[in-house]
Parts: sequence; C-alpha cells; structure tokens
Amino acid sequence: MPRWDYAPAPEATDIVTVKDTYGLFIGGEEVEPLSGDYFKTINPATEEVLAAIPEAGLEDIEAAVAAARKAAGTWAAIAPADRAKYLFRIARAMQERQRELAVLETMNGGKPIKESRDIDVPLAGAHFFYYAGWADKLEFAFPGRNAEPLGVCAQVIPWNFPLLMLAWKIAPALATGNTVVLKPAETTPLTALLFAQICHQAGLPAGVVNIVTGAGETGAALVNHPGVDKVAFTGSTEVGKQIQRSLAGSGKHLSLELGGKAANIVFADAPLDQAVEGIVNGIFFNQGHVCCAGSRLLLQESIATRVVSKLKRRLSTLRLGDPLDKNTDIGAINSRAQLDKIKELVGVGVDEGAELYQAPCELPEHGFWFPPTVFTGVSQSHRIAQEEIFGPVLSVLTFRTEDEAVEKANNTPYGLSAGVWTDKGSRILWMADRLKAGVVWANTFNRFDPASPFGGFKESGFGREGGRHGLEPYVRLT
Amino acid sequence: MAAERLAVNKTYKLYLNGGFPRSESGRSYEITGPDGFLANAVRASRKDVRDAVTAARAASSKWAGLTAYNRGQILYRVAEMMEARSAELVDEVSRAEGIEEAGRQVDEAIDSWVWYAGWTDKIAQVMGSLNPVAGPYFNLTAPEPIGVAGIIAPGESSLAGVVARLAPALCAGNAVVVLASESHPLPAIALSECFATADVPPGVANVLTGHRDELAPVLAAHLDVDALDVTGVGEDKLGEIEEAAAGNVKRVIRAGPGRSPYEVTAFMEMKTVWHPKGA
Repeated sequence: MPRWDYAPAPEATDIVTVKDTYGLFIGGEEVEPLSGDYFKTINPATEEVLAAIPEAGLEDIEAAVAAARKAAGTWAAIAPADRAKYLFRIARAMQERQRELAVLETMNGGKPIKESRDIDVPLAGAHFFYYAGWADKLEFAFPGRNAEPLGVCAQVIPWNFPLLMLAWKIAPALATGNTVVLKPAETTPLTALLFAQICHQAGLPAGVVNIVTGAGETGAALVNHPGVDKVAFTGSTEVGKQIQRSLAGSGKHLSLELGGKAANIVFADAPLDQAVEGIVNGIFFNQGHVCCAGSRLLLQESIATRVVSKLKRRLSTLRLGDPLDKNTDIGAINSRAQLDKIKELVGVGVDEGAELYQAPCELPEHGFWFPPTVFTGVSQSHRIAQEEIFGPVLSVLTFRTEDEAVEKANNTPYGLSAGVWTDKGSRILWMADRLKAGVVWANTFNRFDPASPFGGFKESGFGREGGRHGLEPYVRLT
Repeated sequence: MAAERLAVNKTYKLYLNGGFPRSESGRSYEITGPDGFLANAVRASRKDVRDAVTAARAASSKWAGLTAYNRGQILYRVAEMMEARSAELVDEVSRAEGIEEAGRQVDEAIDSWVWYAGWTDKIAQVMGSLNPVAGPYFNLTAPEPIGVAGIIAPGESSLAGVVARLAPALCAGNAVVVLASESHPLPAIALSECFATADVPPGVANVLTGHRDELAPVLAAHLDVDALDVTGVGEDKLGEIEEAAAGNVKRVIRAGPGRSPYEVTAFMEMKTVWHPKGA
C-alpha cells in the first residue's frame, strides 16, 4: 500500500484565551472558592499546565445550591416562551463561539479537533436549540398531565464529551423550569467555565446555572446536599451505584447514564468495507473514551478472518498525534490515570491468552497516548470481553447463528448500545428486538442527535437524554 | 329443623409459577379481620422469593414476546374472571378491611384492569416516537418491557392497591413478583385465582404472602429483578430497600397520581433504533 504523508495542519489556538486562574460560577458571578483550594488542569497531549481551577468545598457547594434554590422559583414562574428564548440565545452564542469552544475542548481533553469541531460542539449547540423549543410546549409532551419542574438539579458529568454532556444535562433541565448546579469532570473543566461566560452573555438570570469544579469529593458533596431535588450523573457504573445507594430513601429524583460494553455484530452478508468503517468509528472514535463504544466486535465465523485483516489494514492508516492537527484521527488519552487503566487491562488481555495487534504508529514523547489495539481469540470469560476499558481497545469474538450472536451480545451486565451489520432488513429488525440495549445502530454506529433519546438498559443506567423522552427525568407529572 | 350447613373453608396459598404451593418452609401466619380470625396465610420464605424470581425470569421472554394484541386479550380475560368472581372479591375485601364500601373498591379494581388491558397495543404508539434527526437516518424510539419487576404492594386498599401497581406492570409486558399486603393478603390471593383461569402463562404473575421485613429486602437485592416498585414500602424502610436495589441499578418505581400510561412506561425501557437511508 502506498504511504501517504501529511503535512502538519494544526488549528490555531489564538482564538482561545485561557486565564491563569478561574473562579466558580455561582449566582451569576465568577467567585473565588471559599475553600481557597485550587488544582491544575493540563493539556493531556503535552502535559502542559493550562490553568488553576478551584477545588470547590462544602461551603462552595452550599453557596451554589443556595443560589440555584433562590433562582428556582422565578425561573419556574417566568413565561415559558421567555425560558425558550434564553435557551435559544445560549444555542446561538455557542454557535457563534464554536471555533473557540472546539479548540479549547481539544486543548483540555485531548480529542482530535475534527471531532470537537464537527461533532461535540455543533451537537452541543443543537441540543440547546432543540430543547429551547420544548420549553413552551410541555403540555404537548405530556398529554393528560401537568409537567412541573423538580427544583434544583445536581448534575455531574464525565470528561469524554465535556461540553456535549453539559448540554445534555443543562438544556432539558432548564427547558422544564429547573435550575442547576453542574460539576464538570476534574480533568476537563475549561469549556464548562467558558459556557458560564455564555450564560452571562445570554443574560440568563443569576443562579439558574451554577458551575462548581473539583474532583470526586466535590461531586459527592453536591449530590448528597439536602437542598438538591434531582441528581443526574453520567460516568462509571461503579460510581453510579454509589450514588444510587447514597440517595436511597432521600426522595431525590435520579437519572444515571453509566458504562457499557457494546457488541458490534457483523453478519456475513454485511457490506464489509462499510462495516469496517463502522467498526473503526465504533471503537476508535474519541480514543474509545465512549460509554457506548462498540468495544466487543462479534464477527460471523465465515468472514472473521477477512474482516480482521481488512481491519488491521485500516488501522495502519489511522493518524495518531497532535489533537489540534486537522488530519489527526486518534488524539491523546484523557489522563495519566486513564492511560494506566487501559495499560493494565491490555496487560490482562495478553496474560489471559488473547492475541494482541497494535497499529504501527509512533507515539509522541510527551502526553498520554495509546495505539489503536485489537485483540483476537477473545472468549466471553476474558476480562477484556467483560469490563469497560474506555480506551482504543477492541475485543473480537465470533459467532455462527443469530441466536448465538444475541446471546453473546446480551451476556453482560451493561446494556447501553449495540450495532448490527447485515444486508437483510428482517434480520435487523429481529436482532433489534432482542438486543438488550437502549440504542441499536443498524448498519451504522456512534450516531447522536438531540432529537434521538439515548440511555441504557440494565446496569448502564436509567432515564433517557435527548428527544421528547429526555424531558421526563426533569419533571414531576401531576 | 335442619342443622345449619357447615361452611367449607378455603386454604390460601401462594401463587407461584402458575401453581398454588404452600411455602417450602411450611410456615403460616394468622390473618385476622375486624371480626376476628380469617385464615392462616402462607408465610413465604426467602427461598420462595428466589423461586418466584426464577419462575418470573423464565416466563418473561415468552410474555414479552406475545403480540400486544394477545397480551391485551389475556389481561382483558383477567378482568372477566374478576367480574365473574366479584361477589367473592367483595367478600374478601370487606372481611379483610371491615369496610362497607368494598364493592366500590372491587369495581375500581376491575375497571382499572380493563383500562390497562386496553393499553397494551397503544402504549408504543402514544409513548414511542419517530425522531427527526439531522441526517439521512431512520430513527425511532419504542418502549419495551424491562423484564422482571418486583412489586411491594401497598398495605392499604387490599385489592385496588395491588391492582393499581400490578396491572400496569403486566400491561408493559413484564413478569412480576408481588409481595402482597402483610396484614390483608387474602384479596391478592383471590386475585391470583383469576390469573390462573385467564390463560396468564405460568410464572408471569407470582403473588407471595408473608412478612415484609423478611421478604422485601431479598426481592430488592435480587440481581435477576430489573425494576422494583416501592409504593408499598413505609418511610422507615425506604432507605434500606432502595439501597439494596442499587446493587444492579434497579429502576425504582413509585405510583404516580391515578391511572395513566406513564404508570405503564415506568415499567418499560425506551429503545432507540437507527438505520441509514439510502438508495
């Protein structure tokens, strides 16, 4: 195969102004943390320090929840059409500042600029645009019932899609008349803090959106605060269970979007070249830091060898490196901790006897990197077939019949997503009925849209985000 | 003068996997009404709970796999059986609760059952959606059964209370394990006799009687139970029960106001399917 070299095409970063030190966003103001504590946020591609970020303590959480509570009554009572207009303003401001948001997202999180530019940021703006329109139409979303806001929502989001997850959380909460205190992930706070400026520009009333930064302890203090009416969490199943336990008996509403170990199932009659693109997108999109990633590839036995060889060839063309480069396919791993976890599980895969293939690529000297990795000869009992790796690591298994594919696909405590590749329409529908997953992608993978509900079965959580169904976790029906 | 006829008393048993067994533990407990002794109800064991969950799991895919029309017909037949036995049900409720207006509660239970039976083949139309995504994709969202639901029935309203939770759960296509009211369990057992004569497949509905404190934590913690209705759990026990439910991220459900399709979808999962459009 000819080797095509690409000239560097880095996106300029001068559009972004990163401050040395940030404050918390509470009651419409940027405030210094009462805790007095700060931590450093870095660029995972270079390990360069970007800024000092407040580590919110109990008193800060107290202040943020109080600000949200103070704003709740007025926000719930304003004309729904005005709530809609505020959300439209936010959506527009995000579109206006898309370049800035995309560059900052990539600098702080390590994802390729082509993903933050073409996927994360446009989808985040679109999410606000979609829910803006619902704010004054709720009586048509819940026929026969009144939809009332729950009050103050505590929202804790992960580092894999920082701005998009913020949009998934804040847009429906505000549209339904709630106020929020949101905690972005420890490693990726910067776009959330830029979003605070956008709220300010949009003239959003003080206290409707509050943003507190910090690590797990800050998140725990937030969700356990007695002044919170609703908790929404996206993250690992382990932490999700802890939150569900800690909220037991509190009467707080809860929605959880947790881990996954999705099966991507390819039948012999599938368009194989398209399927290979789907497999690559399924597991290597965002370095595999995707809860719905197609991390278990189930190949029908008769085509397994052929697909694996096509896949290996495709892997060798993926470009890993500077996330700000517009040609980069695989960016940096989000943090050292995540890189260690990926390395550990890959080590386990080798020890358990699966066969390792890694794309030949040079890893940059600084920063956190992991090459696209495929394990073949994986059996269902292997840990790499059961546990969420949350990295660019694919486990390949095989099957013979539809029934076997369904059984293997469903043989996991998770149930977030699944993929099916086949040319036969009736088989797609048959499979879609039987796969225990909240999202089924047929002849495609990793597609997202504000109008499309997303969320899990089983231990992948409960509640839906997106679409009309995404309103429900934020209302009380009377 | 002829002697008064001596009544034949009924033995109340569990309803488990389509049969009426006693507890594997051989235990019972005394049920009294305002007029004194009513019966010795079965005091189910933790093992009975696990057996009921096993039966429910085994039955769940068949029940979920029936056409919505067929499920609706079976549930409607349950209402027919309830109507046919309404005198018995009125008698059960009034003996249990000592109330004059037991008839109204039984009417409510039957009418509620008919109402939910009619939802089986409409719920996906009303609560599902075709989603206009920004791209060349066909995208729809439809509700489907969660799987196995545990129901801790309300302690009061011995018949209508259990029907208000059980009917939407079955309408949704789940297999269920119900812990009946501890003090007034007999109407729920009489109700289960309606299931047995209405072609409800064995294992789809299981009704257990016994001590809540002993059984509810087992049901709440069971890893093969996907959803838990805690409407009947007292404030003092809610923390313990909900904490146990977190072990496998159970959906924890409580009754909303009155009958509604939202009571059904609370027992369902929304599944979204994407497919590209192209020539």
